[in-house]
Amino acid sequence: MTATISTTSVTPTRRRRRSARLSPLLVAFVLVPFAVESVWVFWPALQGFWFSLTSWDGMSPPAYVGADNYVELAGDATFRGALVNTVIWLVLFGGLSVLGGFGMALILQKERRGVGFYRAALFTPVVFSLVVTALVWRVFYQPDGVADTLLRAVGLEQLIRPWLADPQTALYAVILPALWRQIGYVMVLFLAGLKAIDPALHEAARMDGANSWQRLRHVTIPQLRGINAVVLSIIVIDSLRSFDIVWSLTRGGPYHSSELLSTYMYSTAFQSLRLGYASAIAVVIFVLALAVILGYLVRAFREEA
Amino acid sequence: MNKLRTGAFHTGMILLSLLWLGPVLWVVLMSTRSFDDIAAHGVGSLPRSFTLDTYRQAWTDGGELRALINSTLVTVPSVVLSLGLSAMAAFALSRFRIPGRRTILLLMLAGNLLPPQILLIPVAKFSELTGLYDTLWALIAVQVGFGLGFYTFVLHGFMRDLPGEIQEAATIDGAGTAQIFTRVILPLTRPALAALGALSFTWIFNDLLWAITVLRTDDNMPVTPALLALQGQFVSSWNVIAAGTVIAAVPTVAVFLRFQRHFVSGLALGAVK
Repeated sequence: MTATISTTSVTPTRRRRRSARLSPLLVAFVLVPFAVESVWVFWPALQGFWFSLTSWDGMSPPAYVGADNYVELAGDATFRGALVNTVIWLVLFGGLSVLGGFGMALILQKERRGVGFYRAALFTPVVFSLVVTALVWRVFYQPDGVADTLLRAVGLEQLIRPWLADPQTALYAVILPALWRQIGYVMVLFLAGLKAIDPALHEAARMDGANSWQRLRHVTIPQLRGINAVVLSIIVIDSLRSFDIVWSLTRGGPYHSSELLSTYMYSTAFQSLRLGYASAIAVVIFVLALAVILGYLVRAFREEA
Repeated sequence: MNKLRTGAFHTGMILLSLLWLGPVLWVVLMSTRSFDDIAAHGVGSLPRSFTLDTYRQAWTDGGELRALINSTLVTVPSVVLSLGLSAMAAFALSRFRIPGRRTILLLMLAGNLLPPQILLIPVAKFSELTGLYDTLWALIAVQVGFGLGFYTFVLHGFMRDLPGEIQEAATIDGAGTAQIFTRVILPLTRPALAALGALSFTWIFNDLLWAITVLRTDDNMPVTPALLALQGQFVSSWNVIAAGTVIAAVPTVAVFLRFQRHFVSGLALGAVK
């Protein structure tokens, strides 16, 4: 993703550009958007860190309590549960959407009859909001809904349960629709990446007698390194951000069994009105996102060196 | 052998496509069933009735009309403003030697990569402080602020690759910075703008988290939270909820069908650059 910025420039151009650079209009072009983002993103982010060190109910001014919120988090069973669920979410939702999306991209990369339709079918849910997705799947999970009807049809009645209301199944019943929607999205990213690979590389490998598995392992996957970094960042951030689908289906329940850090943070902030404590959870989410992405980038750089 | 493989491919893919499209079709079918039909046969059965009254109920009694108006009032200005502002920033950063331009660009992108959770409380408080809380203005401001980084990054990548000669020619012809921007660079950036426009439309239209963070009154809620509220209002009227779901999905599906090509390339834009 490192980009060399300078366009092809001969000396006269450069001189002209340099003389233009101080024009107040250009400064405004950069400063106005930057100021807007600062007001709604950078400044709030800094405040978020500060709030995490306070006790605050939203009415009286925040009171500085140091690391108290973080100490309390360490002993909070609901938080630990949400953390574990978030990791499960990251692994299952993230892992399976990458595998599924990559697999579908491989299967559907070649232009042939019907491929356009199949791609469109897998892609359709990406257009829906997660709330719409949740409602679609709610029909599936209803008592006497589609899932139960299907199970009964194949004689597996004993498996029937209140999918979203059973603490054993709630989290997984929420992951499924999330996956249903994400796989098509990841597939599009990988399709774009696969299209960018020079076909000559595959041709050369085939000449050298590489079978399709070897070509996948030694040509396709290494060539996708750039896209992998993007997909990984998207998946990590999406997993940690995941909120809509859980909120619409279970609100983190029953008994916090499908609670993610993001839903716990939201309900702590806006329902329990413990804004300082909720900010500490938000900081944890931030640190997790940063750690995974940085961890990956460091590894990627080391491999390149 | 080859025929067998083709057959297996199509069989597998048709089954998979059904798995993906089936739930959607099911909901559409369910939205046309009568309450009695669902009560008698369950949501899992095939339809035995047909009505469109469900749509009327969701539309007027369920408040979806109001919600769709709110969504439009938020989404259209947000898309136009955020793309306009990021095009300005991307133009200046990619076509001129602004000092520290790379740092500014990366900083703006990093802002977009932040998990929104860390921003929720401060943004809610800030919007209260400025009197914007519970108005659509607050939601527009948040959507613009939060989207800017990514759009700027993508547009920068696109504008950077435009040939410098065009800009030089315009400069020699006496065009000022503003004219180069509006007459030369913006028209050339149209494919990227269309892609980002289609994409950001669905993102902003489909948002739930920001809406329920900066809005409180039901009358101000856009479609996504309104759909959740509809569930509470029509607890077991699955046909009305299904109709509400279909209504809420129509605008983004329409944008997708109209801008399909741009939409798909938009998803990949940030990735391949």
